[in-house]
Amino acid sequence: MVEKEIIKRIREKRADWEKQKYFKAIQENPERKQKFKNLSDIEIKNLYTPEDIADLEYLKDIGFPGDTPFLRGVHPNLYRGRLWTMRQFAGFGSAEETNKRYHYLLNHGETGLSVAFDYPTLYGYDTDHALARGEFGKCGVAISSLRDMELLFHGIPLDKITTSMTINGPAAIVWAMYIANAENQRISKDRIGGTIQNDILKEYIAQKSYIFPPEPSMRLIVDTFEYGFKNVPKWNTISISGYHIREAGSTAVQELAFTLGDGIEYVKAAMKRGLLIDDFAPRLSFFFNAHNDFFEEIAKYRAARKIWAQEMKKLGAKKPRSLWMRFHTQTGGCSLTAQQPEINIVRVTLQALAAVLGGTQSLHTNSMDEALALPSEKAVRIALRTQQVIAEESGVTDTVDPLGGSYYVEWLTSKMVEETYKYFDKVERLGGVIPAIEKGFFQREIA
Amino acid sequence: MVKKIRVLVAKPGLDGHDRGAKIVARALRDAGMEVIYTGLHQTADQIVNTAIQEDVDVVGLSLLSGAHMTLFIDVALLLKEMKMDDVLIIGGGIIPQEDVPGLKKAGIAEVFGPGTPVEDIVSYIKKNVKR
Repeated sequence: MVEKEIIKRIREKRADWEKQKYFKAIQENPERKQKFKNLSDIEIKNLYTPEDIADLEYLKDIGFPGDTPFLRGVHPNLYRGRLWTMRQFAGFGSAEETNKRYHYLLNHGETGLSVAFDYPTLYGYDTDHALARGEFGKCGVAISSLRDMELLFHGIPLDKITTSMTINGPAAIVWAMYIANAENQRISKDRIGGTIQNDILKEYIAQKSYIFPPEPSMRLIVDTFEYGFKNVPKWNTISISGYHIREAGSTAVQELAFTLGDGIEYVKAAMKRGLLIDDFAPRLSFFFNAHNDFFEEIAKYRAARKIWAQEMKKLGAKKPRSLWMRFHTQTGGCSLTAQQPEINIVRVTLQALAAVLGGTQSLHTNSMDEALALPSEKAVRIALRTQQVIAEESGVTDTVDPLGGSYYVEWLTSKMVEETYKYFDKVERLGGVIPAIEKGFFQREIA
Repeated sequence: MVKKIRVLVAKPGLDGHDRGAKIVARALRDAGMEVIYTGLHQTADQIVNTAIQEDVDVVGLSLLSGAHMTLFIDVALLLKEMKMDDVLIIGGGIIPQEDVPGLKKAGIAEVFGPGTPVEDIVSYIKKNVKR
């Protein structure tokens, strides 16, 4: 980004600085560790300068928000226009109980809903099925019928509030119930908005709530893509998820590489069916974790946008919208501790701030008591208020991609892009995502 | 030669959170025990059958969905019914404190919550294994 001659001078000056200043400093104050590494095992230098990003061309490699390669964001004005959607994942007990929690959250300023279903629902079992024993309403809300769906959204304007549903194996059916419920209230399909998770590949890699084998699952997913762009144009027909991969033990780089790899696999499957990429790609969305290493997380989101835009272009996308990597973020559940749960508020704040500085479209902040139980009203209110403080008081929303241009952040972003492509190559050599799942590659990598 | 302690690490119910079960399984193996891991989505019947077939000394149950009051107790009752009273039953996962007395009454000898050092589980088993 800077002229060659200047880079040369910076390099020389840096060598001097290391020799004269830095050396002296560490003799007085020895470093706390021999090597500083982030959670992806990438070694972090003591200082970053223009030299570290000298290979990057601003216009080509970084660019402007709302323009290729979308590294700095998919929207030109980001949070100066509209804040992210504050969307707390919630569900427990019966549809009535969860409906009460939704009204509580909306009354406290939440701007979107996110449904947690109980395990029987996630596997497509009714509450009275033998395998549902003991699981009713634990870990999520039980939805066995259209009547349950009506109760769940009672009093909520489905044409104004968007809903994200964490449902995979039975996604097509649960989505159909949501649509039917809206239509019964005379709200047509083209007026509702939301997301179904519908991402089976990460179930095999990490989360393990699957019903059907990969191939027939892929067919169902492509069916929902097709139905979606034709009939429910404001709906995100998939949320390609790295969250669960990260929670199951991956690094940030693995989360990034495996999630985008899954995304490309879905696009290829839909194109194989004969769908046009520019018809369905604008409704693909993503879901990432926000873990502890602050800058690594920010770099991850920025890298994800760039890689996705590049790959969609390679696959033939022409519409700008098809290149957009839009994503939801949830703070890292496995980083929370049961001991001294109040400290989780601080962790969540830092993680949420990373997601915002990374340009997330929507956000769930974990409640401080989640290592112990389902969140209490008080805990979930604090979690929501944490987002509101970041949005309204911190000032970080005033400019787009405020860390753009940081030598460290740009270097790390570019490094994560590079590492991701190494994983793409590895998966390619194994024959693609599904053969790699069948060989246990991802499962071993993150174990 | 001293007989090795045989442990069945089991995942009853529908949740897929197996990171804890695998960490415990590995720690017990490293402590010199023979460990059998059931894999996911096991019914009480399946777990008890495996416990009988493998002639284990300990059954360790791991669950995060919240169905422990039903499923842990199902396993304990079924083990008793099958005359496997000499098997030490322990459990772990996201188990609220207030549920622990009920589980103990039903025959779950000890419950290990989040943050438990694995060494505690190892020494508990060594001290309390019944055969």
